[in-house]
Amino acid sequence: MILITGRSTKQGTGLNKGKDSRDYQEAVRTLEMNREDMARFGLRDGDLVKIKTLYGEATFTCRQEKLPKGMAFVAYGSLSSRLVGGETHASGMPDSKGFEVEVVHLPRGD
Amino acid sequence: MEIDNVVCAFCGCVCDDITVTVEEGRISEVKNACTLGRAWFLGHSSNAHRPSGTVNGRPVSTEEAVEEAARILAQARYPLIFGLTSTYCEAQKEAIALAEVLGACIDCCTSVCHGPSGIALQGVGEPTCTLGEVKNRADLIIYWGSNPAESHPRHLTRYAVTPKGLFTPRGRKDRRVVLVDVRPTPSARAADIFLQVKPGKDFECLWALRALIKGIDLEEDAVADTGVTLAQLKDLADRMQSCRFGMLCVGQGLTQSRGKQMNTTAVFLLVRELNGFTKFAAMPMRGHGNVTGIDNVLAWQTGYPFGVNFSRGYPRFNPGEFTAVDVLTRQEADAALIIASDPVANLPRPASGRLSQIPTVALETRESETTKIAKVVITTAPAGISAEGTVYRMDNVPLRLRKVLPSPFPSDEEVLSRLLERVKELKHA
Repeated sequence: MILITGRSTKQGTGLNKGKDSRDYQEAVRTLEMNREDMARFGLRDGDLVKIKTLYGEATFTCRQEKLPKGMAFVAYGSLSSRLVGGETHASGMPDSKGFEVEVVHLPRGD
Repeated sequence: MEIDNVVCAFCGCVCDDITVTVEEGRISEVKNACTLGRAWFLGHSSNAHRPSGTVNGRPVSTEEAVEEAARILAQARYPLIFGLTSTYCEAQKEAIALAEVLGACIDCCTSVCHGPSGIALQGVGEPTCTLGEVKNRADLIIYWGSNPAESHPRHLTRYAVTPKGLFTPRGRKDRRVVLVDVRPTPSARAADIFLQVKPGKDFECLWALRALIKGIDLEEDAVADTGVTLAQLKDLADRMQSCRFGMLCVGQGLTQSRGKQMNTTAVFLLVRELNGFTKFAAMPMRGHGNVTGIDNVLAWQTGYPFGVNFSRGYPRFNPGEFTAVDVLTRQEADAALIIASDPVANLPRPASGRLSQIPTVALETRESETTKIAKVVITTAPAGISAEGTVYRMDNVPLRLRKVLPSPFPSDEEVLSRLLERVKELKHA
C-alpha cells in the first residue's frame, strides 16, 4: 500500500482544542482505505491495523473512505511521523507522502 | 465587546476580516473565520492556567526558565533553533540575532513544508502575484497537490474560487477550477475538473504539459504511467494557454512527494513559459500563519530563507546539511530551542527522537508533544490573540496581528530578547 499523509479538517480543528483532545487523537489515529482494499485485508470499519515501514510502526483505527485502490491516508500527527524516515536526499524535506507501507490486521484487544 | 478586522494567524491565508467578541476575559464568538480559524481563536483564548515556565517539569518563574535556557544554549557546541512559523516577525528577528550570537543552525517549518518551493525559486524564479490579483483577475485556478477545502478553506471563498472581483464580476461563474491530486479530496467538489495523478508522477505530468504548450507532439505512451491520459493533459494545456489569467496553487502534495524540488521547479518553469501566451502565476499554499514571514525575515537578515548555519560566524545555506531534520537525524545538534512549533509531533521519528536526548528549550503557548519532552518550557502569549506584531500572508503581503486579550505571560519577542541579552552576557563572561 502507498500511504499519503496530510491535513484533515478534524485534525486542524482538533489541534486547536489541544493535542490531547479527543477530536485530535481520533483524527490522527484513523487510517482511511477504500472498500476493496479493506476487504482484501479482511478489515471492517473500526478494526485496528498496524502500519509498518522501514523506519517504524504505528497502530491506527481503520475507516472506509473514497480512495484509489492501493492507497491509504492518515492525517499529520505524531503517529504518521513515526512512519517517516530521516533521509531528505539533500533537500531538507523527508519523504512524507507517497511511501510504501505494510498493513497488518490486528485482532481487537491488541 | 466586538472587535472588527482582527487578523487570523492560523494558516497562510491570514484573513484580516475576522470579528471576535470578547466577554469576561475570553473570546466567546468568532465571525467570518473558517472552521480552522474559529477553532484557533477559541482554542487559544486562555492559557492563564499554565505555569510561567518549567525546568525539568518543575514550575518556575519566567526569569528562572530564561536563565536555565540561556545557560543550556550558551554551553552548547552546535545548538539548533527551530520552528518560528506561528509567531510574528519581530520575534523571528530576535531568534535570528540569537542564532548569530550562538553560532547556531536556525531552521523553520519551511524546510518540511515548502522548502522545495524555495529551492525551486532560487533555481528558476517564481512567477507570482498577490491574492488580490487572483481575486480580481484569475479565471483559471489550478490546485495541484493541495486540498484547500481542508487546509485553507477561505482560500476558496475569499481569494480564488467564489469571490467577485474587478474582472471576475460573476464570481464562481467567471472561473474554471481544476484540481490535480492523487486522491479525490473534499476539494474535488469545488472543482470543475479533477485529474487523478498516480503518486509520484506529478513531475511527468508537469513536464508533459511543458512539452504540449511548446507544440511538441507527444505519444500516449509518454504519459502512460501517470494515471492521466494525454487527452486530459491536452485539454488542460489548452485551458492554460487560452485563459485570461491563470493561477497554479502549489500544494504539499508536490513538495513532500517523490521529486520534491524537481516538481516545484517544473511548476515554475511551466508557469514562466505560459506567460508567453497569457498571464499566469504560481503560489505555494503556505500552511502556518507566519511561515512566509520567517522566510522573509531570514532572507533579509541572512540572504537565505531557511536552513541557515552560523557556526563559522557568517550565514551559510545548504538544505540537507543545515536543515532541522538532517541536523537532528545525524545527531549533530547538542541543544535545541524550539519556538512556536511542535517538532516532536511533526518531524520524522529519527529527528524528533534526538530532541528527547538533548537539552531542549520550548517557547510555547500551550502544552504540546514538544513541551512534554523539553527540559525547559517557557509559556508565552499567543501571537495574534495576546501579542501583536507583523505576519506575512502566503503572497508576501505583510499584515499586523492585533492583541485582543491580555495575557499574564510575556510575548515570544520579549522572551527571546531577554534570552539574547543573557546569552551575550554568558558568552562574554
